Amino acid sequence: MPQQRTPAGRASADRLGRLLNLVPYLLARPGIAVAEAAADFRISERQLREDLELLWVCGLPGYGPGDLIDMALDGDRVTITYDAGIDRPLRLNPDEALALVVALRMLAETPGIGSRDAIERALAKIENAAGDLADAPVAVRLPANTQRVDAIRGIVERRHAMRITYYTPARDETTERIVDPMRVLMVGNRAYLEAWCRRAEGTRLFRLDRIDAFTELDEPAAPPARAVPHDVTDGVFHPSQDLPLVTVRVGRGSRWITEYYPCEEVRRDGDEWVVTMRVTDLGWAQRLLLGLGSDVTVVGPAALVERIREQAALALDQYAAPATGNA
Amino acid sequence: MPPHPRWAASVSVVSRTRTERLVNLVICLLSTRRFLTAAQIAATVPGYEHDPEDPRDHEAFQRKFERDKAELRELGVPLETGLASAFDTEHGYRIAHREYALPDIPLEPDEAAAVGIAARLWQHAGLAAAASSGLAKLRAAGVEVDPQATLGVEPVVTVDPAFGPLTAAARARRAVTFSYRVPEVDEPSTRRLQPWGVVCWQGRWYVVGHDRDRDATRCFRLSRIVGSVRAVGPEGAYTPPADVDLISHVARWSGPTERTGRATVRVRPGRAAGLRRLAVETVPGPDGDRLTIPYSDVEWLASRLVGYGADVRADAPPELREAVIQQLKEVVARHEPAAAGAVS
Repeated sequence: MPQQRTPAGRASADRLGRLLNLVPYLLARPGIAVAEAAADFRISERQLREDLELLWVCGLPGYGPGDLIDMALDGDRVTITYDAGIDRPLRLNPDEALALVVALRMLAETPGIGSRDAIERALAKIENAAGDLADAPVAVRLPANTQRVDAIRGIVERRHAMRITYYTPARDETTERIVDPMRVLMVGNRAYLEAWCRRAEGTRLFRLDRIDAFTELDEPAAPPARAVPHDVTDGVFHPSQDLPLVTVRVGRGSRWITEYYPCEEVRRDGDEWVVTMRVTDLGWAQRLLLGLGSDVTVVGPAALVERIREQAALALDQYAAPATGNA
Repeated sequence: MPPHPRWAASVSVVSRTRTERLVNLVICLLSTRRFLTAAQIAATVPGYEHDPEDPRDHEAFQRKFERDKAELRELGVPLETGLASAFDTEHGYRIAHREYALPDIPLEPDEAAAVGIAARLWQHAGLAAAASSGLAKLRAAGVEVDPQATLGVEPVVTVDPAFGPLTAAARARRAVTFSYRVPEVDEPSTRRLQPWGVVCWQGRWYVVGHDRDRDATRCFRLSRIVGSVRAVGPEGAYTPPADVDLISHVARWSGPTERTGRATVRVRPGRAAGLRRLAVETVPGPDGDRLTIPYSDVEWLASRLVGYGADVRADAPPELREAVIQQLKEVVARHEPAAAGAVS
């Protein structure tokens, strides 16, 4: 990994890398519009023109007319007429090779992906170009419920609405809804359908493993203009500040919940941990916390503590009679 | 030869930019087949002018030249060092074009589109930057990448902070040490590992390697690594087993379990939708529906059942029934008003 460096040093290194790319880039595209090249390099036209001015005074030793990088600027278009020997970009460095090779392996492993063949051909060519560096010590295997993802992706591509039977753990209910599919995406190990839900009148992410049944409808998917995709950069669940807070003490055996669910606070207290988390629904919290069993104590809110005690006591009453009876 | 007008204009600029000097240095070293000494480079490349007889001036040049070489190496420019001839005593420098240049990558449009999509998958800032600078090099090699292309399914790739240092160490075959916390254990422990590689298994990241303390092959989940990963000892310190299958190590370690057991559970009408989804058979009855649920671990299923409180009752097998009763008793005991008062 690169060392820490000053922003000015970083900018200068970035610029050097860009200049060494710029010459072969322009060489491959005679007469390209300055604006188009600037957009490809994600810099302003002004910055690109400054780069060209700098390159224009660089060249081979001697630094005479025939030695310097030369170019023809025709209004808004530019053509390199002499490259002074930088006719190819630099090789991929180890980090670049790793980032591209691993991302392509991810893509090739993604269930339901289109153009798998093209991805694999691209991967082979990049690995070949990266030489030894392509030996990235990274292997990828994603879950392979490919058939379902394939089927749902097909519906998304045909832009059809669909009827789904969906299980919502927060409310422990299975509902029928008609949705207008927008896209299928993978976050971590899970596939999601993002769609406009006509029942909820909002954009929703549906976990594919919770779609118990689905039917493609003979009507077009028509998400309204206000259907905005979720930002899943930081994961799918973003607890909002107005959700109820639940505080529990957990022992060793249940500490995995701190790894599995986003927690607001995890604090050590003797042999136990005090965990505070936001939950979308107290009924869900009740099912989760009841089920965690012996080494979890719910501290608050008080109403939840009471519900849990009461439910457990009621459940126990059922076992007062022998198992075979129709209690 | 009269001074070139461009050259005349540029000499008027008192301070040549560092970038310009470095571009000229790269061009100069690419164009030479002989190794050029620092003195020869100083006499050739604009920006290194100094008086070699003046010790302070010469020292300043040497520092500048060292910094420039370091910058080129960091960028990945393969600087070669060697002697120009058997009679030379001072090392010189050159850049071999075949080492410098990205080989030709004849990507078809659909392949280029796939690379473009792959490059945007990274949510990790460092890898995202590396992917986009890699893509910039492909563009510079003449590859046209359509930024609008999509593949229908969009994976979002996230990695743990330990990913970078562990892949770098695995590549360099250098041992690492890190703090590792398993949820079931109180304190993180220090682990020493010779990493063979990193695996993404079912969306989670693991490192596989030789655990130097256990003297055995071990897998570690990256999300459980606390703090930073430190590389220790020299590079090339070990050789991973030939044809090691990283994925199978992780799969064996965290493999799926077969659900061969069959439980009978009574569920109130219209309740416990989450359990009904697991059932392979549902028989309606006068006091609710009887579900048959496959399972592998009694305690796991018991926990699921306890979660539904009085809406469900475990009927068979007996060990499931006992496990549920035991868990319920403990929940009641822990949440008695007196007990709750004692812990709050």
